[in-house]
Amino acid sequence: MDLARSPADEAFRAEARAWLRAHVPSEPLPSLETEEGFAAHRAWEAELAADRWSVVHWPTAYGGRDAGLPRWLVFEEEYYAAGAPGRVGQNGVNLLAPTLFDHGTEEQRARVLPPMACGEVVWAQAWSEPEAGSDLASLTSRAVRTAGGWLLTGQKTWSSRAAFADRAFGLFRSEPGTARPHQGLTYLMFDLRAPGVTVRPIGRLDGRPAFAELFLDDVFVPDEDVIGAPGQGWRVAMSTAGNERGLTLRSPGRFLAAADRLLGLWQERGSPASARDAVADALIGARAYELFTHAAASRFLQGTPIGPEASLNKVFWSEYDIALHETALDLLGEEGEAADTGWSEGYVFSLAGPIYAGTNEIQRDIIAERLLGLPKGRR
Amino acid sequence: MRFLLDTEQRAFAESLDAMLTAAGTPAVARAWGRGEHAVGRAVWARLAEAGVFALAAPEAYEGVGPLPVELAVAFVELGRHAVPGPLVETVTATVLLAGLDDPGPAERLLPALVSGKAMATVAPAPGSYALDGDAAETRLSLDPAAGGLRLAPGHGPVRPSLDPARRLTHLSPGGELLAPHAPLPHALTWARLAVAAQALGVGLSLLDRTVAYVRQRKQFGVSVGSFQAVKHRLADAKVALEFARPLVFGAAVTLDPVDAAAAKVTACEAAYTTARTALQLHGAIGYTAEYDLSLWLTKARALRTAWGAPAECRDMVLSGGGRRR
Ligand SMILES: Cc1cc2nc3c(=O)[nH]c(=O)nc-3n(C[C@H](O)[C@H](O)[C@H](O)COP(=O)(O)OP(=O)(O)OC[C@H]3O[C@@H](n4cnc5c(N)ncnc54)[C@H](O)[C@@H]3O)c2cc1C
Repeated sequence: MDLARSPADEAFRAEARAWLRAHVPSEPLPSLETEEGFAAHRAWEAELAADRWSVVHWPTAYGGRDAGLPRWLVFEEEYYAAGAPGRVGQNGVNLLAPTLFDHGTEEQRARVLPPMACGEVVWAQAWSEPEAGSDLASLTSRAVRTAGGWLLTGQKTWSSRAAFADRAFGLFRSEPGTARPHQGLTYLMFDLRAPGVTVRPIGRLDGRPAFAELFLDDVFVPDEDVIGAPGQGWRVAMSTAGNERGLTLRSPGRFLAAADRLLGLWQERGSPASARDAVADALIGARAYELFTHAAASRFLQGTPIGPEASLNKVFWSEYDIALHETALDLLGEEGEAADTGWSEGYVFSLAGPIYAGTNEIQRDIIAERLLGLPKGRR
Repeated sequence: MRFLLDTEQRAFAESLDAMLTAAGTPAVARAWGRGEHAVGRAVWARLAEAGVFALAAPEAYEGVGPLPVELAVAFVELGRHAVPGPLVETVTATVLLAGLDDPGPAERLLPALVSGKAMATVAPAPGSYALDGDAAETRLSLDPAAGGLRLAPGHGPVRPSLDPARRLTHLSPGGELLAPHAPLPHALTWARLAVAAQALGVGLSLLDRTVAYVRQRKQFGVSVGSFQAVKHRLADAKVALEFARPLVFGAAVTLDPVDAAAAKVTACEAAYTTARTALQLHGAIGYTAEYDLSLWLTKARALRTAWGAPAECRDMVLSGGGRRR
């Protein structure tokens, strides 16, 4: 058991750090949940990609550095420590790309991944529907066979950044009346600007408009945009849902940097005793998450795929994130109420953590049933 | 970087687990609590044979250490089986003695600790309790202010702990001065690592026992474990324990005092909240001394304050100044 990184990994760290020092914008970019901010973040993705820093863990053929998981973790640490901008391409990079690596065709990877890597095409996740949230398999949007492809009809909702994104991926019912709701679903990619698509922005809790609902009316999708076999969409989607809950959505670098900033804030405020436990717990939590990730990465590198333990991750980081930001707002006192500080924006965003990527109630069911072996109850 | 136990370390855990299961440790813990030390000593001898007390001792004193990761592996098993006795204290004494400038006291006292012929206890400050002073042959008292390490000549009356298997004693003042200065901070790191690992084991056992219980206990015609309110409490206990685990092994790898304090506070809190959950989900039977669950419930509470209460450990974390690399 050891925690030492190889000299080559450390050299990679130094290279990343130097690049970030030279390139990270000195002023924070406007929020990526606004039109202006979205454009600024897209440009940042292009800048990252120009020097191959946007998707370091991908194969070089698609714009990555083939860096492997340990170096991806190193990169993330440096990225967040440098105070670099949030990633506007994250849905594509963290959710669609792993799906294409596992289930896509070579043609799909070659076509979809390079423009994703540089922010030229930004993807939105179109999974949820008004009547299908936690019970995702109850979705009713349809894909109907037509010459050379499919026609999509129905409604998707809560699609992050879909107001400004280019394309979306989601599940559609392609065989009505199957015995079980998980059967007969097809995983498809579609263009948000295709005829028949209406995108209606929804203000989030902070009023920012990037969230959207999508109305689809006979939207044509060619066969080449089906991922995996038609009818097998549930399997395709579930095999990569672990990514959303697990480490690629929330690398430890992010929390290590946030905990450091919180410690700085606490010290700046005269180290008030009232917040002592919470600040210490934030430091400890970041370290715990870092080490938990190292253990998960070690298992993964030994060939054990990420399974239901991703649900442990999800519950931990989402609750940790809120506690950390609550502590910061408490320390800021009256100032914490002002909505335009980084801490308050982070706080509002953290509040969504226990809801998206599978609510924490659903994650606790998975932990209890699949990790502890408790009997299934009524759903 | 390879942050996983290797095959030998896992085999070590499995062999201790098998040995302690066969030893019937709940009965051993009950006897120990009554002051009957014979069966406890027999288990102790077998632990020594398995090498547990050699892990913190350097080769110069017949040890195989320092092997902190293996020590953590062993202490998780000791906690899982509720093994009684001055386990952490014997390790702490070993580290204290091995770290003295003068090798004399270590040459004289360590072989007996390593071989399991003797147990040790430690009072880390004047007036603080030393666990099982009546059972230990080597009683060390520290006076950090004056800097001295003494071999206490005896112990005061035994005071019961709320964990019946823990027997609290004060050490008699005076005694032979072993060293004018003792390396307490380093020994404290080992003590906290050992308590953290033991607490993790206590928590894991509480969770396992509770999962097994709620699976078979039926109310309203179904297994209690199918109720979501029950499941979610157990899921939370699982999250807490699984995030304490890497802190414990991380502290073993670095032997950094800040990491040990973080592991101690987190593992003890996780074990303690798991104890609360375990008691609640067992219902009334959990609240009885006859039922073995109580052995772990009370230990989770006692370990929380042993060798550094939560506030003290959190102060240590804050003094570490955040991310270090
Ligand atoms: C900020 C944010 C971003 C999002 N981004 C996207 C996106 O990009 N793409 C996308 O497709 N979706 C997105 N979502 C939607 C998200 O995935 C859903 O909100 C989530 O799956 C929960 O569905 P719901 O909101 O319909 O809640 P519901 O499923 O209606 O649940 C309501 C409450 O009931 C609880 N509940 C439901 N079923 C059970 C059960 N069996 N046991 C116990 N409790 C239960 C839930 O946990 C929750 O507390 C986003 C949501 C948020 C908040």
